[in-house]
Amino acid sequence: MHLIKLIFRNALRHKLRTGLTVVGLVVAILSFGLLQTVVDAWYAGAEGAAPNRLITRNAVSLMVPLPLHYRDKIRSVDGVKAVAAANWFAGVYQDPKNFFPQFAVGPAYFSIYPEYRIPDAQYRAFVRDRAGAIVGRKLAQTYGFRVGDVVPLKGTIFPGTWTFVVRGIYDGADAGTDTSQFFFHWDYLNETAKTRMPTLANKIGIFVVQIADADRAAEVSEEIDALFKNSPAETLTETEKAFQIGFVKQTEAILIAVRIVSFLVIFIILAVMANTMAMTARERRGEYATLKALGFGGGFLATLIFGESLLIAAIGAVIGVVFTFPVADWFASEMGTLFPVFEVSRETVVLQAACALAVGATAALFPARRAIRVRIVDGLRAIG
Amino acid sequence: MQPVVEIHDLAKSYRRGGQIVPVLSDIDLVIASGDFVGLMGPSGSGKSTLLNLIAGIDKPDSGTLRVAGVDITTLTESDLADWRAQNVGFIFQFYNLMPVLTAFENVELPLLLTSLSTGERRHHVTTALEMVGLGDRMEHYPSELSGGQQQRVAIARAIITDPTILVADEPTGDLDRVSAEEILTLMERMNDELGKTIIMVTHDPHAAERAHSIKRLDKGVLQDGEH
Repeated sequence: MHLIKLIFRNALRHKLRTGLTVVGLVVAILSFGLLQTVVDAWYAGAEGAAPNRLITRNAVSLMVPLPLHYRDKIRSVDGVKAVAAANWFAGVYQDPKNFFPQFAVGPAYFSIYPEYRIPDAQYRAFVRDRAGAIVGRKLAQTYGFRVGDVVPLKGTIFPGTWTFVVRGIYDGADAGTDTSQFFFHWDYLNETAKTRMPTLANKIGIFVVQIADADRAAEVSEEIDALFKNSPAETLTETEKAFQIGFVKQTEAILIAVRIVSFLVIFIILAVMANTMAMTARERRGEYATLKALGFGGGFLATLIFGESLLIAAIGAVIGVVFTFPVADWFASEMGTLFPVFEVSRETVVLQAACALAVGATAALFPARRAIRVRIVDGLRAIG
Repeated sequence: MQPVVEIHDLAKSYRRGGQIVPVLSDIDLVIASGDFVGLMGPSGSGKSTLLNLIAGIDKPDSGTLRVAGVDITTLTESDLADWRAQNVGFIFQFYNLMPVLTAFENVELPLLLTSLSTGERRHHVTTALEMVGLGDRMEHYPSELSGGQQQRVAIARAIITDPTILVADEPTGDLDRVSAEEILTLMERMNDELGKTIIMVTHDPHAAERAHSIKRLDKGVLQDGEH
């Protein structure tokens, strides 16, 4: 009881110093959490990938399309349940800064992605309308899209102004589902391409392949690629997760930098905290000597110092973690659809708490060691 | 009277800048139980060092040092800490109270090392604080007390575990004349009424007059001389 009382009262002894240290910790823990969430958001596509989905693309590059007739051949491979074509559209909505992913998708696409939850009536309306589109909830909220709205997109790969009608809004099955995308009929794209830009007709960016058994992913991938071996357009088939990580890898240097900065922030606050605890312990040298003279051992002194340091760190951690959520929400809204999924994960919160406790414990290490080792007569000399 | 402190051929030196500086040498001293001894001498004569050795917060280079029947030179740091908690009450010049604890909590502090219950501790602390005349200041923090009152709290803390000896290093050195007299009177009471053996280091001849006997140190050597 006395010990806890002493720890609390000691922590609040220099209110300004403790307050400033806590503020520093809050900023560090908050920044760390935010940066970790940015890294997580980068990997969100890979995290949301299903093990029973494969992506088949041109082996040369994603920029080189595949012929449409590959679809039927892929479908014939043993273990393949469904195949859907998908083309990256890259249209501009009003202004180039309004970026969001747009895909022309084949009929089987939404059955392969059951995590996109579309009301039945809306899906039927989408199927009936050649120029219909389905948009994600986050995208709809960002630009105020509602069912029935007309959305014009200026094509960059497929020139001209394309007009779509929003026929449905999908929700994610969970918080990790990307709801920032815009889908429309691949047939609409292809038919228009046939008349306006015949060289782009009957060309597919990727095939999304649903397989019956996720354990056979490697085997089925090999079989698909074997079908097109030595053809003018050889394929590369990989799991959806590997495909998404391939994208992330292209920007890995940025991710590494973000991670380094996040841990640098923790290191800086560690230095600040260690300085605070060192000053504190130096000022209380006489008190520690008095306690030792009265018969208290090194364990008691160490508990006092570690307790105080961990208490300050815990206060900073709790406030920092609590603030991370609204700040992450604000950051996500400011970023628009740049980060389709921007959620502070449980792992991030655990990591924040662990970092704070590690800072608290490390900062107390040397002051505690010094307090334990101080000779009573030397410590008592410091008083007066 | 039984001797409570027995010192024979004690020596102590410090290392300062690569040189060994002798502080105490050839100290032979016996202090009887219930005695009130004043240790006097000029600055640097070694009186505080001798007090620290008797109190078990410093170790001699050589010689024997038995206090309360124990040769404390043979004890480990941990055993010495336990021994101090049971046998020594400290009264410091600057009181050395914990500023974040109330008078009650400061006095209670040494009892945390005992197996007494909360209720027993409360009873002991209340009695001790009333004995030093601070029954109405129990919830006050040191900063809310005068120097004399803080030293009374320190005396209550020193006697709370019923130690064998009380060691006081310049107990009136930071006090005005009136407060100093009050503290010395209180120490006399502790000696007379509770039978506590007191060893007091002081520069002040007025304070030394309260002691039953005076030991004088000069250049680390104990001189003859009685009060």
